[in-house]
Amino acid sequence: MLHTVNKSPFEKTTFDSCLNHARPGDAILLIEDGVYAAVKGTAVAERVAALNGDLSIYALGPDLSARGIKDTSLIERISVVDYGGFVDLVAEHDVSQAWL
Amino acid sequence: MKFGILVNEGPYTHQASDSAYHFTKAALEKGHEIYRVFFYNDGVNNGSRLTVPPQDERNIQNNWTELAEKHDLDLVVCVAAAQRRGILDENEAKRHSKNADNIAPGFRISGLGQLIETGIECDRVVAFGD
Amino acid sequence: MSAEENGAGAEDQKKFLYVNRRAPYGTIYALESLEVVLIGAAFDQDVSLAFFDDGVFQIIKGQDTAGIGMKNFSPTYRALGDYEVTKLYVEKESLEERGLTADDLMEITYEDEDDDWAEKSSVQLVSRAELSEIMAAQDVILSF
Repeated sequence: MLHTVNKSPFEKTTFDSCLNHARPGDAILLIEDGVYAAVKGTAVAERVAALNGDLSIYALGPDLSARGIKDTSLIERISVVDYGGFVDLVAEHDVSQAWL
Repeated sequence: MKFGILVNEGPYTHQASDSAYHFTKAALEKGHEIYRVFFYNDGVNNGSRLTVPPQDERNIQNNWTELAEKHDLDLVVCVAAAQRRGILDENEAKRHSKNADNIAPGFRISGLGQLIETGIECDRVVAFGD
Repeated sequence: MSAEENGAGAEDQKKFLYVNRRAPYGTIYALESLEVVLIGAAFDQDVSLAFFDDGVFQIIKGQDTAGIGMKNFSPTYRALGDYEVTKLYVEKESLEERGLTADDLMEITYEDEDDDWAEKSSVQLVSRAELSEIMAAQDVILSF
């Protein structure tokens, strides 16, 4: 299952709720303001780093760049994808849930 | 693969419509089929042809209209949500005695059944909203 | 009418889950989600609703909107049984976090045609882990 999260974890509880419901083998894609959860050294970074290794976490590159977030400031386990990669993630997972 | 796209927020306030547009373009470039783009909630506002954004800004409605023309996309605006928010085509305007319509080229107004049908027919449904 | 009677076997059905995570009235999402559910009921699919996070507020008892000039649409949830929408999953943890119990929820029931039309509750309390399983088992998730 693919989860997309588009909210900053500092403003809304959406990301938290997504993490509470994601299962091993799932993928989480951070888009729009959701990409702020991908950054090292924040109040949520520890939780992201400590997540089950079977959970893949991605962030949308164009949304990172727009917000001035460099690849070097990302938590290590985060993979960056472009819109094409977003499409691939949707195709690879049977169902997707948008955490709006 | 057959994709359905759901857009639940209007243009400009939220990034949702932009994200949906870039996703749709990327899916088409990868050879996927876009079965339908369904606009719901405030998303129906993407279908107004009366928006006049500054010239140095993207024109979200035009982007959708042009993409629809190029790829023969089915852009559907939910009728119930559209009526609440003042998005009308010629028929709807006549039916409700309004003196104008504002649906943009490439968009059509139809019922919520079209969203359910999208879920039934598509391999994947991807939603964008707030 | 069951799916079989309509000639649509279960193998033709898709599992649709409507995810409700937002409170009613402050925004229109709860109401417009319910409108999708009602229209969708005509399509003979395998439909469930999930209420968690602030979505649990949608189905609590005693809603009175007279003072805000908006339609109280909560009675519509109680009519879902008539539309053969009979699986409403409510997350226990979300209730607890909000100081609520099952007693705070409206009684939402359906008549089970396979059990001599016995009246049964449509509401099933599930744990967070159970809800995750339910979500993972769907073909289509519509979240508003």
